[in-house]
Amino acid sequence: MEQITTSMLINELPRLILSLVLVIAFVALNALMLVYMERKVAGHMQKRLGPMVVGPHGLLQTLVDGIKLMGKQIINPEEVDLPLFRMAPILALVPAIAVFAVIPFSEKLVARDLNAGLLVVFAYASLSVLAILAAGWGSNNKYGLIGAVRSVAQQVAYEIPMLVSVLSVVLLSHTTQLTGIVNAQKGMWNIVYQPVAFLIFFICSVAETNRAPFDLVEGESELTAGFHTEYSGMGFGVFFLAEYASMVVGAAIATILFLGGWNGPTFGIGGALSGIFPGVLWFLIKVYILIFIVMWIRWTYPRVRFDQLLNFSWKVLLPFSLANLIITAVVTKL
Amino acid sequence: MKIERNLEEHSLYLNMGPQHPSTHGVLRVILKLDGEYIEEAEPVLGYIHRMHEKMGENRTYAQYLPNMGRVDYLSALSYNQCYVGAVERLTGIAPPPRAEYIRVITTELNRLSSHLLWFGAYVLDLGGFTPFLYSFDDREHILDLLESITGSRLTYCYFRFGGVSKDITDDFITGTRAFIKRLRMHLPMYETLVTKNVIFINRVKEVGIITPEAARRYGVTGPALRGSGIKYDVRKNEPYSIYPEVDFDIPVQDGCDALSRYIVRMLEMEQSMRIIEQALDKLPEGPVMAPKVPKKVKPPKGDCYFAVETARGDFGIYIVSDGTETAYRIKLRTPGFSNLSIFAEISRGTLLQDAISTMGSLDLVIPEIDR
Amino acid sequence: MLLSKTKTAIESIFPLEIKEADYARVGYHLEVILDAEKVVSLAKVMMAQGFYLEDVTAIDLNPDMEVIYHYAHTEGCCRVTGRAYTPRHAPEVPTIAGIYSGANWHERETHDFFGITFKDHPYLVPLLLPEDADFHPLVKEDGKVKQLKDIKRAEVKEQAGAPAAGEGKPAPAGGEKGEKA
Repeated sequence: MEQITTSMLINELPRLILSLVLVIAFVALNALMLVYMERKVAGHMQKRLGPMVVGPHGLLQTLVDGIKLMGKQIINPEEVDLPLFRMAPILALVPAIAVFAVIPFSEKLVARDLNAGLLVVFAYASLSVLAILAAGWGSNNKYGLIGAVRSVAQQVAYEIPMLVSVLSVVLLSHTTQLTGIVNAQKGMWNIVYQPVAFLIFFICSVAETNRAPFDLVEGESELTAGFHTEYSGMGFGVFFLAEYASMVVGAAIATILFLGGWNGPTFGIGGALSGIFPGVLWFLIKVYILIFIVMWIRWTYPRVRFDQLLNFSWKVLLPFSLANLIITAVVTKL
Repeated sequence: MKIERNLEEHSLYLNMGPQHPSTHGVLRVILKLDGEYIEEAEPVLGYIHRMHEKMGENRTYAQYLPNMGRVDYLSALSYNQCYVGAVERLTGIAPPPRAEYIRVITTELNRLSSHLLWFGAYVLDLGGFTPFLYSFDDREHILDLLESITGSRLTYCYFRFGGVSKDITDDFITGTRAFIKRLRMHLPMYETLVTKNVIFINRVKEVGIITPEAARRYGVTGPALRGSGIKYDVRKNEPYSIYPEVDFDIPVQDGCDALSRYIVRMLEMEQSMRIIEQALDKLPEGPVMAPKVPKKVKPPKGDCYFAVETARGDFGIYIVSDGTETAYRIKLRTPGFSNLSIFAEISRGTLLQDAISTMGSLDLVIPEIDR
Repeated sequence: MLLSKTKTAIESIFPLEIKEADYARVGYHLEVILDAEKVVSLAKVMMAQGFYLEDVTAIDLNPDMEVIYHYAHTEGCCRVTGRAYTPRHAPEVPTIAGIYSGANWHERETHDFFGITFKDHPYLVPLLLPEDADFHPLVKEDGKVKQLKDIKRAEVKEQAGAPAAGEGKPAPAGGEKGEKA
């Protein structure tokens, strides 16, 4: 790490503040758009139109919903553990936002290009389980508690195959710097070399963000709302924001690790196209396609059962990811 | 049965309901959990108890007719049919053939709508949102069809002693045929999208096992019983109305689990469509009301039992008449009551999520259980 | 065949009165009248014969309440109605929940509605009524309660010309009476 000096701070401060503001603005705006997108996707998959009333084609619906959530009274149920209960939503949102600091949107558009960027991402991502645990435990609600306990088991189970599958990418690109990983894919995207790792990573990231069919933490037909049963108003809103932010993070990391990040396709007819759009657009396109797939899955599949969920991780994903890692290690050393 | 609360144990007592997304109404289940496993479950009833049986003792026979649409609001016409059937058996009024055909056509449509709603709600219980709206879209057509002739969309009161209140129209007949064509196209889609889904199968297979022996001990009937390999359907075993005249099968599955019950209901929809088609083909001309049905029905003294097959099972009405305009006693034997009573036994030792799946597979309608 | 087999099996219980009913008119095949103490024996026989329990219910009558057990068979068509009588002021019958588990709830319901005590019932607390309910809705007021003969069908052979049934023929056409009234 470089030595932090006063002059560096002065040089870096405007950049830091700018990136912070940009990231928060991006997360908030993005969440608005994603909620709209989710509702439209769900609507059209279910023979409905989705929101149509507020604004053209209901574009402003989520904005209005957000304002409504903000306007709501903050209710603290009587028996809650107040510090934990109030801290939990913030604890859920902060890591999700902090991760954006290292995510390269394009070659230049990255707040801090750390050489251990990948580690930072996973370090922060693991914090979300703490937030859910705090929320479930702190709200002193039985459904919340069951949701929180489920969340811990689930996150531990899915983090391991996820990390192992990421390791094989690291082996390929010889770096944990996110820009470095993208640059290593100039020739060919990692998904071609590592389809198994991509699949495992994708499944795990869906599970890590508690999206259906892995939404056992908040499974509404069993636990009413799971860990956020007792939250209303902006407490709930912040959890919502965090969920969509971590969805973007998951999709962004998948894009960076496997889909060539901001690079346009370099193979096939894509090669001709890649020059047309700027890198950031390519990046966002890939991210949103992945997010669309996540939504598609959510509105298609029923929820898995808890023991099957854990079995799937320990008995299927982990062995496959380990085997994949070993094969990758052997092949790259040959 | 009774859950003893022992606070020193490491069990978690979870109060599921009366307000809960998966109890479909105001059912409350007290669960004693060991982690995610259910040690003991105790359904608590009565949150929507309306004492329909007492109302039957205070109203004349005709006045009690609208109550039948409100006992089981998803299968209202079966209840209509059972009640008018019981009173007709008691008084000896014989409805004309056309009325009987119309009764069967509308009742089977009602059964389809009930099964479609159950299908959507069950997958919703398991966390799949989308099929719910597809099945509701189909169900909407049935409601429109039934609304056009009965005047109501849910709590039908269409049958009368000795017939039905209104003849069906040509529009209804063509609409029904068109609907059947449409549903025949949609059912295979549901099968590919839901029935063959791996996650779905894992959630229902070997879940909520009802052995034939337990089914008999608890008096389980309907698709829940046929999912345990017992071919019992009041429409076949104890034919009433025009069911002997139409050709249909009783689907049976012997897996004894939620999947079997699911498949039985899905197959039953096809059979209901067959019944409707044949009934429409054979529909005789003539009046829809028996002549000379008294305004005030006054059956002779005595009792009578009449059973029909509703979407949920064997529904029976036992009427005791003392020769006046009001029944002396009306007993409603609802299928859901018996079907739910087995829940405590079959959910013991299963996961919380299995309990949801089991409960959904029993197709509970709480107002029918609480009456 | 099922009917005769069942009838033979039930006849092993003593004392009882067994009648073959006219199915077309009443909707059941056999009517069994027995002592309150014998309902368990009946349940055992029915269980052995493969019947399932439709419901347990009662009718409030003076001086004895009638407790009714409806059984039906899943093969073929055979319905059996068991009737037992128990004094109205202190109604009590033994429970059959030990044989038919489903009877547990039916008996709790009957207890709710009529105040009938089911002896040795595992958990006889209100099921449909509130936990603290101290009333039994289906118990009739004193003026309204009838006697058994007031609700029994006029029998052609045994009670020909019973005053209450008057001109009413037991045949299905009896319904026409309502018109005259």
